[in-house]
Amino acid sequence: MTTSSVSANGFNKFLHSIRIPPVYYFLLVIFIGGAALDFYFADGQILTNRAILTNIFVRSVALGIVAVGQTFVLIGASIDLSVAYTISMTAVMSSFIMQGDPTKVPTAIFVVFIIGAVIGLVNGLIITKLGVNSFIATLGTALILKGILNATFANFTGSVPRSYETFGYGRIGPIPISIFVLLGVVLLGWFILARTKFGSQLYGVGGNSEVARLSGLRTHRVLIGAHVICSLTAVLTGLFIVSRLRAGAPWIGPDGVYDLESVATTVIGGTALSGGKGGVWGTLGGVLIFGVIDTLFNQLGVNPFLKNVLRGVIIILAVASYTLRSKREAA
Amino acid sequence: MTEEQNKTTVLRKTQPEPLLEVRNITKRFPGVLALDDVSLKFMQGEVHAVVGENGAGKSTLMKIMAGAYIADSGEILLQGKKVSFSHPQEAHEQGVSIIYQEFNLLPERTVAQNIYLGREPSKFGVIDIRALNKKALTVLKELGADEMISPTALCNTLSVAEQQIVEIAKAISFDSKVLIMDEPTAALTLVEVRILNALVSRLKTRGMALIFISHRLVEVFDIADKITVLKDGQLVGTELAKDVNAEKIVHMMVGRILDHYFPPLGKKEDFGEVVLRVNNCSNHFLKNINLELRKGEVLGIAGLQGSGRTELAQALFGVMPFKTGTMEINGKTRTVKAPSTAIKYSMGFMTEDRKAEGLLPKQPIRDNMLLTVRSMQSILGNIFNDGIRKSRKMVPTLAKQVDVRTDNYDREVQFLSGGNQQKVALSKWLASNADIFIFDEPTRGIDVEAKASIHDLIRGLTKKGIAVLMISSELPEIIGMSDRILVMWDGSIAGELPAKSTESDVMLLATGHETNNHSNKNDEAGKE
Repeated sequence: MTTSSVSANGFNKFLHSIRIPPVYYFLLVIFIGGAALDFYFADGQILTNRAILTNIFVRSVALGIVAVGQTFVLIGASIDLSVAYTISMTAVMSSFIMQGDPTKVPTAIFVVFIIGAVIGLVNGLIITKLGVNSFIATLGTALILKGILNATFANFTGSVPRSYETFGYGRIGPIPISIFVLLGVVLLGWFILARTKFGSQLYGVGGNSEVARLSGLRTHRVLIGAHVICSLTAVLTGLFIVSRLRAGAPWIGPDGVYDLESVATTVIGGTALSGGKGGVWGTLGGVLIFGVIDTLFNQLGVNPFLKNVLRGVIIILAVASYTLRSKREAA
Repeated sequence: MTEEQNKTTVLRKTQPEPLLEVRNITKRFPGVLALDDVSLKFMQGEVHAVVGENGAGKSTLMKIMAGAYIADSGEILLQGKKVSFSHPQEAHEQGVSIIYQEFNLLPERTVAQNIYLGREPSKFGVIDIRALNKKALTVLKELGADEMISPTALCNTLSVAEQQIVEIAKAISFDSKVLIMDEPTAALTLVEVRILNALVSRLKTRGMALIFISHRLVEVFDIADKITVLKDGQLVGTELAKDVNAEKIVHMMVGRILDHYFPPLGKKEDFGEVVLRVNNCSNHFLKNINLELRKGEVLGIAGLQGSGRTELAQALFGVMPFKTGTMEINGKTRTVKAPSTAIKYSMGFMTEDRKAEGLLPKQPIRDNMLLTVRSMQSILGNIFNDGIRKSRKMVPTLAKQVDVRTDNYDREVQFLSGGNQQKVALSKWLASNADIFIFDEPTRGIDVEAKASIHDLIRGLTKKGIAVLMISSELPEIIGMSDRILVMWDGSIAGELPAKSTESDVMLLATGHETNNHSNKNDEAGKE
């Protein structure tokens, strides 16, 4: 055997052992495609600009954090469509409580996390104890939250203090703080899913809840836990958005389409809607794909509708490629 | 294995107390007495096979022992102590594990994660992955499978046999004393069966009691120490494997009184030309299928679960098409790649699973009856030719033909009795003027009276010159209805038997034995 084939083998093995989610190949393709467009239309000024590259990440922070939570519920074979209004609720409530006063920041953060936990708990309880399909259950809670928000707050409410804006705009050296937050959330999500009993049980519940039950798992608790985690990530996203916007309004969650986009990016990342399969690294890849497309198209000044067409095509292509792959593996 | 362990095994063996015992177990399901006063003892270090026809009560008994069902009366004793399992988990914890035919593994998780699901070694909720993989490796080593299966392999990359070993490893990891296996060899190749047998012998020497349900007598004799035969929910007897042969066991399995009326079989002059001919057809499940179906006859397809009965029907009807070989329908070579083509060539398929595949339970009788007709009409035809109204007029005639008595065709089919549901399912094919009918388990789950009327209906069809291929797991039905019988085994046709063959003849072919009076078609094909 020659050395080159040994090292090629070793490299393949290495690739296999770290299990890079296939979504990163998509990301690479999109990036290269983007670079080609960039060179053709903008003389390569876009993707060589460090500020723009950083911006790709910053744009991905809000969606990325909540998509990590969405990954948890999707792995559990559930779904959370109430995240958009949880985000709105957080943004409105936190800026309402803060009212520009730095001393009230801890209270505000504490309160919105409690609200988030309750929303997740209620979602989980409705799905497990009442046996309502997760799609319907979370659509229901989303409508309830929407009603409460619209009835109580009409427009931008309150404001956040200057110091709090650090979350959205601050930097450590050249890198924005928010990117560290996103990476922290992804790392934490990965750790919980891959290294803890809870994570392992969540894959069990999502993969086949009967198997999980017969293996002695408390399947309801696990799923409720996943929903609480998901709502908490929505709260964190809400806190990030409000620090960027300086005040909360009831429409910011649904305007960002965080509910469907968090599901879409998670699925692009390789997490199965049917549960039991996937992970947060894939989700991060999915989020970055959206980030690259958004940034590039904004810079090139392309019609935003075309952007959505491309997003749609990518969702379908990604999921179709996963289905084909798993079919090939099965055959 | 050390000498000391060997001694204890021997010592345990001499103890007369059974590891697991069931006493006077009776279980009734609506309309069926599934188990009737069954008592059995399972000893340590023994492989005990439980055999019987479909519906003999084997699976019910296993499920009661494993806590999946609760017996109506009778008791279970584990090591002499009375136990009652209300949930499989309880049985599991007390050392009684069951491995079902459909595996209960998570395909996307590793072997180690599957074995220790919910019991992962951990500190403060953080899994110790090294310890997890090490523990799994230890269990696999105990089974002698550590070189074949890696603890970190994903389960969906394993073969069926390997998955079975993982299931066994999971059971062992619970410290099971009793391991029940439901048809463990059904999906295995010959080599894999040998691996499994070696594994079972190993578990035997550990002092476990192994119980296994099987249809495959050849394999039962290879591995079992004792064989118990159940028939119609009753215990026929328990024999030491070395004292009996296959004929004896088959004789114990069948041989009942026919308590049911069947319409007279077809006469020679009723049979017409061949309408369906299958030449050397195969797909991933079926091997070298050859058959002929004539006008006016009922061709019975017998075979045990997993023998390929249903797969044959699905292949003929294009649900899971043949990959090689040719099919002739009404004298012309045809390729059936989908059910819609089969329907075009005037075939009808009454599926085994009526509720899931044969009917739309929440739709009214009328729509169910007209389902096939409407699917064949073009959409525009429905509008311009007034197809909807025309087809609606067919409904009362159809209902009369299949003898569904109702004045309200808007009733949802789910509220009808099993027999009437089956009649409605049948009528949709009558409406489409099919002339080749495939029946898969036409009388499953319906009462005796309705059974008789379904049998009359089938005979009525053949009198009109329709060709019927009838698959059934019930031997009396096969023998009572068929003008010819094909017996399937292991995905191929094991042999053909004439009308009025005995149940033993069918059973021998179906369990992988050759009968004396009939040649094995498959072997001939192999020699050619």
